[in-house]
Amino acid sequence: MANIHLDTIAKGYGETAVLKGVSIDIRDGEFLTLIGPSGCGKSTLLRIIAGLETQDSGSIAVDGDIIDGKRPKERDVAMVFQSYALYPHYTIYDNIALPLRTRRLSNAQRFPLLGSLVPGRQTIEVGIRQEVGNVAEMLGISHLLDRKPGQLSGGQRQRVALGRAMVRHPKIFLMDEPLSNLDAKLRVQMRAEIVDLHRRLGVTFVYVTHDQAEAMTMSDRVAVMIGGDVLQIAPAEELYRNPDDIRVAEMIGSPKINVVARKHWRIGAPQFALPDSQIAFRPESATIAAPSGGMLEGNVAGIENLGADIFVKVELGDAGPMVVRRAPGERRLEIGESVSVITDAAHMLVFDAAGKRVRPVERIAA
Amino acid sequence: MSTKTASARPAKRLGREERLAYGAIFPATLLLIALLFAPALAVAVVALTDWQLGATTLHFVGLENFKALFADPVFWTALKNTFLYVLIVVPGTVVLGLIVALLIEASPRLRGFYRAVHFLPVMSTMSAMAIVWGTMLHPTIGLVNRVLASIGIAGPNWLRDEQTALLTLAVIGIWQGFGFAMVLFVSGLKSIPQELYDAAAIDGADSIFERLRTVTLPMLGPVMMFVIVLTACRCFEVFDSVSVLTQGGPNYASEVLLHRLYTESFNYLRTGYGAALTVIYLTIIVCLTLGQTRIMERRVHYT
Ligand SMILES: Nc1ncnc2c1ncn2[C@@H]1O[C@H](COP(=O)(O)OP(=O)(O)OP(=O)(O)O)[C@@H](O)[C@H]1O
Ligand SMILES: [Mg+2]
Repeated sequence: MANIHLDTIAKGYGETAVLKGVSIDIRDGEFLTLIGPSGCGKSTLLRIIAGLETQDSGSIAVDGDIIDGKRPKERDVAMVFQSYALYPHYTIYDNIALPLRTRRLSNAQRFPLLGSLVPGRQTIEVGIRQEVGNVAEMLGISHLLDRKPGQLSGGQRQRVALGRAMVRHPKIFLMDEPLSNLDAKLRVQMRAEIVDLHRRLGVTFVYVTHDQAEAMTMSDRVAVMIGGDVLQIAPAEELYRNPDDIRVAEMIGSPKINVVARKHWRIGAPQFALPDSQIAFRPESATIAAPSGGMLEGNVAGIENLGADIFVKVELGDAGPMVVRRAPGERRLEIGESVSVITDAAHMLVFDAAGKRVRPVERIAA
Repeated sequence: MSTKTASARPAKRLGREERLAYGAIFPATLLLIALLFAPALAVAVVALTDWQLGATTLHFVGLENFKALFADPVFWTALKNTFLYVLIVVPGTVVLGLIVALLIEASPRLRGFYRAVHFLPVMSTMSAMAIVWGTMLHPTIGLVNRVLASIGIAGPNWLRDEQTALLTLAVIGIWQGFGFAMVLFVSGLKSIPQELYDAAAIDGADSIFERLRTVTLPMLGPVMMFVIVLTACRCFEVFDSVSVLTQGGPNYASEVLLHRLYTESFNYLRTGYGAALTVIYLTIIVCLTLGQTRIMERRVHYT
């Protein structure tokens, strides 16, 4: 159980600044996801929390205690790596047992061969056997304990990596894209298992991904990172409905949010939207109307039928393409047909020229 | 019935392919026979005769050459010395090569410099370097003993002393071979994923020895095997340094198999005796190679 307080963490490699003063408060027992495009510094931040990398400035506190100078093993964190990082020459049992052995056995007791003669080792090993057994049981890998990692499937290796992380009951779980090496079906299954694990363990999880579906479905809150900055931290639902930055709006949601510059709106643009602002709306909050009846005009450029939803791509000319979601029952459209698009002010998100969200004055007051 | 007709045509085509295959390996096989098997067979035959280099007559003497060989104490000394040499040089090369490789990996800025310096011995010919060693080890004007004298130690006559001759050659052997071992180890170290070290740090294995033991050494296993095999083969062939520096002396203290073989065959022209020695030598090398192949095949493949 631990809350983590990240205070303006900065890190650079040579000339390039990778993290530009990241501050996040992670609550006790929370499942926080870091999401962002490749190279935005997610792994770097996670490695700094783990103690594998040192920040250039800023500090980290866990439960109020500054842990900056501490080595990884003193931080009571566990980490699951993208490649699982299992020791290929150890059996699964030994892989899971290692964190316990390094902590409970003395150097003499761990000495190859002779170590087993040192008094006290047997008793400790019995305890370790018990705990490894429990963890393996919980993850359903009891039958694999004698194998080597090379003899396991990706999903099984993933479970072993989780087991090695869980076995010593750390306060904090760090995961760096743990599912990205799995196939799509297994990924969905493991997603549910990790969420379930989080619920059962009740400890703080920090989870890195660039898959928005993972971020949306697994986390209590999501921190969106772009270019070394955290742009917004909020529950997934909030990020989707109420993004603070146009880059957040564009990252979350599939298909992508539609962004149309203010100058292309003939009518219907909110009053507070300045001439150089951009107005965004989700595909599902727009409808298609007869030509010249709506706010934006264009031609149907493509139709993508996914069964439950039909996504219609409308080419707006200068304003570029945009996507509208329709229900299957509606009138069939033809490619090239002239249409107009209607959306209502309540669903419009306005961003200023720099991409920051602009909200109507009365809503801020409320 | 149907299987027979079905297999008839592929069999015929295979026949043509086989002929083609044999045709393709023919030149290589011919070379292999001409350069390896025929000489080896010739040596085995000569070993059974009393032929002397240049002589026009020869008689079959059966196993007389081998009898003489096994009765010769110098042969046993040479055999013992060769194994001793291998037992010193192989571990020495592996340990030194590994230590230097670890140092290089730890300090990336010195990498290029180290590489040039330590790879040098492998590139230069041994006989040339042996002459340099000879001067350095000269009992009175040699650099080694001068340095020792300056700190008050009277160095022995390294290459002329029965106690030190073989050991000195072994040290030179290590010096010559560890650069190559080191280069192999460096490339082996590079292929160890950083995430394994990270995992070890989090799992509590973060001291130098823990890292070595949990990650580095096991991951280097295959490379280590390769280095040992290669070094052992090279050690059994030790000849240049012996020939240039000690000629097997003093009193056969540094006599080794290959040098013995050379002396008997070309100095004393006892070709039959030399051939018998060669047969023994080849037997050892073949046994070694077979044993190594077996170990190499059984070694763990990490994936
Ligand atoms: N050891 C290093 N030396 C130099 N640059 C580095 C180092 N490690 C990371 N970087 C740089 O820091 C930036 C952030 O890397 P990081 O691994 O944190 O990205 P990421 O968000 O995890 O990306 P991905 O989704 O691809 O894993 C990258 O531009 C990377 O090139
Ligand atoms: Mg990463």
